[in-house]
Amino acid sequence: MTNGYAVEVDGLMKKFGDLVAVDQVSFQVKKGEIFGFLGPNGAGKTTTINMLCTLLKPTAGSARVNGYDVLTQKNEVRESIGMVFQDPSLDDRLTARENLEFHAVIYRVHSSEKEKRMREVLEMVDLMDRADDLVMTYSGGMKRRLEIARGLLHYPHVLFLDEPTIGLDPQTRKYIWDYIQGLKEREDITIFLTTHYMEEAEHCDRIAIIDYGKIIALDTSEGLKNMVGGDVIRLKTDDDARAEEELKERYQVNILEDRDCLCFEVDKGDEFIPRLIRELKVHIQSISLHRPTLDDVFLKLTGREIREEEADELAGMRAFARMRPPFGR
Amino acid sequence: MSAQKEEAIDMVSTGAPVRTKYRTNLHRGLTGIYVIWSREVKRFWRDTPRRIGAFVQPIIYLALLGVGMQSAFKVFGAGSTKYVVFMFPGILGMTVLFTAVFSAISIVWDREFGFLKEVLVSPVPRSSVALGKIVGGATTALIQALIFMVLAFFPWFLGFSLSTFYKVLALVPVLVVLALGLTSLGVAIAARMRSFEGFPIVMNFILMPLFFLSGAFFPLQGLPGWMTFLTRIDPLTYGVDALRGIALRGIDITAGMTSQLSNLAPILQDPDIINIVRTRYSHIDFSGLSSMTQQTALQIQRFPIWLDVLVMLGFGIIMVLIAVWQFSRQE
Repeated sequence: MTNGYAVEVDGLMKKFGDLVAVDQVSFQVKKGEIFGFLGPNGAGKTTTINMLCTLLKPTAGSARVNGYDVLTQKNEVRESIGMVFQDPSLDDRLTARENLEFHAVIYRVHSSEKEKRMREVLEMVDLMDRADDLVMTYSGGMKRRLEIARGLLHYPHVLFLDEPTIGLDPQTRKYIWDYIQGLKEREDITIFLTTHYMEEAEHCDRIAIIDYGKIIALDTSEGLKNMVGGDVIRLKTDDDARAEEELKERYQVNILEDRDCLCFEVDKGDEFIPRLIRELKVHIQSISLHRPTLDDVFLKLTGREIREEEADELAGMRAFARMRPPFGR
Repeated sequence: MSAQKEEAIDMVSTGAPVRTKYRTNLHRGLTGIYVIWSREVKRFWRDTPRRIGAFVQPIIYLALLGVGMQSAFKVFGAGSTKYVVFMFPGILGMTVLFTAVFSAISIVWDREFGFLKEVLVSPVPRSSVALGKIVGGATTALIQALIFMVLAFFPWFLGFSLSTFYKVLALVPVLVVLALGLTSLGVAIAARMRSFEGFPIVMNFILMPLFFLSGAFFPLQGLPGWMTFLTRIDPLTYGVDALRGIALRGIDITAGMTSQLSNLAPILQDPDIINIVRTRYSHIDFSGLSSMTQQTALQIQRFPIWLDVLVMLGFGIIMVLIAVWQFSRQE
């Protein structure tokens, strides 16, 4: 708060028995930014969130949320954050409005403000016309939207979203991202979210890539992609050999020799292509541009594709440890 | 610095006050108890099948088991015992037991369906969540018991009279104490339960024995020693004893042969008469006769009411503490 950070994490660690779910993680989230935690299932994303929102006690390390210590100032932390869990956490025997009312009382939203604010958040997620229906009649996407509305109801300073779009159809996912992005403009809020969808992480101002409990990279989407190099253009011409020579001579581009195509790296591929078409003497058959994605970043950093992780045995174990903490915890 | 932070929580970006602060930790706790309680009651009231089921179940017990047993006693030679009347307070105890424990066990549902997380991450203390659950569950159990007590006014039971009304009034505090203790028991169990797989175990190994040993169905007289011991350590025994003592005060439910036998007791225990009978009918064994006449009087209330109340209060307080402790411990 005082130093411009909404979340400060220092050497945070969580062990479940011998399993190190989060391994000495340190990072800061600036006020007002959308900060994304990107990683495969079981990488330790949810465990980190649960420690930040005071549901789990860290094994070691410290964290401050809105300037409050998650170990010693739990009440202050809890009052200042909003949570949207990965799994639904609504009372489906109550209506949407009753769920919000429950929340408003616990978080002490002023009674003069309550009705107005409830309408505001319900309208934001397009649920006003269903406000008095029991939540059990809602679809998955509606429930998630209601949870986001509830998480925002009490004007939290930090909103935690754990896999906000998991299990939702593409259309609903897009809607939810629109809300999240709109939030930044409408509310004075910092958003901390986790996801394992590469393309969704692009919406974040900054992204931390987490794997096996460790942060292996933290930067803006652009910054991360620059780690794997520039845009790659793939060219097919009548005479590739001549084209290659011409490219080397005129543009000094870096030809990627190891591929069985005429592929080369340039800085701004989208601007380079029109120039190339205009200037290249050899007749072009086809041309394509591949911009590096976060998938490429993850691949480069870990040597694996993020999607393979779903079947990974250890990841499964981690997911299990997350879902069901051992008895007595 | 910290004053600035506090102010920030009270203000939105527009500068209007939108949230008030908790004044004290007690205020925080009471708010927690209130919201959890009101949710419990709201859910209970909305769940019509559950309400009807909880009302019909004791009637089924009374009508089918009660009437059946009453006839069985006639066959066994206990005359026209009013067994359904005897059973009535026991069924009242049963209603409280099951409603209280089941509503507490809804914590496991809340965990499965995630709602518990919303509560656990909120700024109200865990202890207040447990207490809210206890008070809420006890409230639903009490409502259930009150509905059931309407039956007391029917002629088959206590009859429509002012004395029945007083009895019902006197039963309420007993029911409250009993309900609080039993809901706490449920919360203590549910606080550590991660799924519903353990539920039948709770049902068969905790609730059923508690219920059977409480004397709800049969008088706790003349039982073998081991069973008497078990009935004495069953907290529900004292609850049922108090309920029956109050409800059946001044009501004679053994108008049959047994009570006639006990009228004959002075004669049958007279040593002179026994000697005469023995000499005349020497081929018959009379050794069990005197003990039989001594045992027949049914005790409506086994223990003094103060002991019943004391045990229930003690049980209630201990269970509340255990429930709050168990619930607060979880992560």
